[in-house]
Amino acid sequence: MRIFDPHIHMTSRTTDDYEAMHAAGVHALVEPAFWLGQPRTSVGSFLDYFDSLIGWEPFRAAQFGIRHHCTIALNPKEANDPRCAEVLQHLPRYLPKDGVVAVGEIGYDSMTPEEDEAFAAQLQLALTHDLPALVHTPHRDKAAGVDRTLAVVKESGIAPERVVVDHLNEVTVRQVVGSGCWMGFSIYPDTKMDERRMVAVLREFGTERILVNSAADWGRSDPLKTRKTADAMLAAGFTADEVDTVLWRNPVAFYGQSGKLELEDSDAPGADATYEGNSVLRGVRAEV
Amino acid sequence: MTPDHLRTTLTDRMTEQGSKWLAGACASVAAEPGVVRGLFPLVGRRCGRGPLDPADPHGWTVDDAARSLLLAALPLTGAALLEEIGELYRTGDAAERRAVLRALPLLPVGDGALPLVRDALRTNDTRLVAAALGDYATDHLDAETYRQGVLKCVFTGIPLSALPGLPGRADAEMARMMAAFAHERRAAGRTVPDDIAPFLALFPDVTVPGPRDLQDVSTATTATSSTTDRPSPREA
Repeated sequence: MRIFDPHIHMTSRTTDDYEAMHAAGVHALVEPAFWLGQPRTSVGSFLDYFDSLIGWEPFRAAQFGIRHHCTIALNPKEANDPRCAEVLQHLPRYLPKDGVVAVGEIGYDSMTPEEDEAFAAQLQLALTHDLPALVHTPHRDKAAGVDRTLAVVKESGIAPERVVVDHLNEVTVRQVVGSGCWMGFSIYPDTKMDERRMVAVLREFGTERILVNSAADWGRSDPLKTRKTADAMLAAGFTADEVDTVLWRNPVAFYGQSGKLELEDSDAPGADATYEGNSVLRGVRAEV
Repeated sequence: MTPDHLRTTLTDRMTEQGSKWLAGACASVAAEPGVVRGLFPLVGRRCGRGPLDPADPHGWTVDDAARSLLLAALPLTGAALLEEIGELYRTGDAAERRAVLRALPLLPVGDGALPLVRDALRTNDTRLVAAALGDYATDHLDAETYRQGVLKCVFTGIPLSALPGLPGRADAEMARMMAAFAHERRAAGRTVPDDIAPFLALFPDVTVPGPRDLQDVSTATTATSSTTDRPSPREA
């Protein structure tokens, strides 16, 4: 089984997770830029974070045979802090990088005027840089947030098939299905969605334009939820081809719109692979 | 490596489209240096990323060489050149940073780019560490930092044969550090990378840790800890 996790915060995870993910079939992923548990207070800490998403984290992932891409944006929560708003001015130099396959996560947290402004401005950046957009939907007042999100997307002029509206559930998927946008689902141990409910959504809505992710971050989460959803699909009678559509071909089709997905080397180097003739892992894991 | 050498080698390794793009990009940079910031991130996608010499997987990549030619085309010198390459390094992804490090020997920057080399040596990204220890570091980096860099290669699995400064820049202190590293590894029952043996052989007078230095180890471990530099059973 091959799995592409279209939304997972690897910065929060350990190398054990990378190993387990690879063993479960995860060969590629996208790590969206988002908030951390501790709010940031300066532009510099954002830039170091972005640099990590296009530097260290892809290197770490490659050691375990996983191809790492990312999305870059000022997230909605921190867009409300005037000390961080200047981050927007730095985005144009990150968006052309090889590993950056979308603008995101953008969207709403508390639906403030500052969030409106950052959301609209970053949808325009997606248009300028010819990139898809990954849109977070709020956890509080989600249904209203999804409606407002779709209105802003429509107003921006970006093609709906270049937008994924993420963190949907049984209720909010109905609002998005007719919009032409992609529908993202984050499978968590006990919140947002679980794999059983995801299977029910797939039964009702089919596999088209649907992305399933584990989102795994610093909160209670499970980086193997993509695989567990695949297993639940098979147990519920979906075919291997349908599983491959949802967990590999769909994310490849969505992020492939960036023209920057690189998947040829997704399975190398693995744990026993070499760096120019020597094991990359010879000292790294034990000594760093 | 000279710009001419890179150009010649690259012609066989790029598509016609890629070569055309690179020639145009170099001309643009020569006319207006500021455009390099927009062109630099595109190089991998336009020119390719494989090894420049397929027979030498330790060496430069196609994008390293193409980016180096872009930098060599900059009509800048002195502080202005250092500022531009410093900005490209700081705002670059891992491949762009690696290319700036590779290009340093081609650029008239004296020892002014050493802060970039030191920055790369602080990372744990083996691609950056290896590129930082190229010809520029061989010629400009101080002995203490160079030795630490070499030891970092030993730790992280970068083959020492990839460093152009060796064996030329090896010295007794570097050999002592390698011997101490080998000693620690053996005390732990772990293997010692093969590629340090030739350097230890170059400096036969280097003092390897003796019984006095072993006190901590011998009280903390069993009798299998070697008190000499003989290979441990696990390495046999």
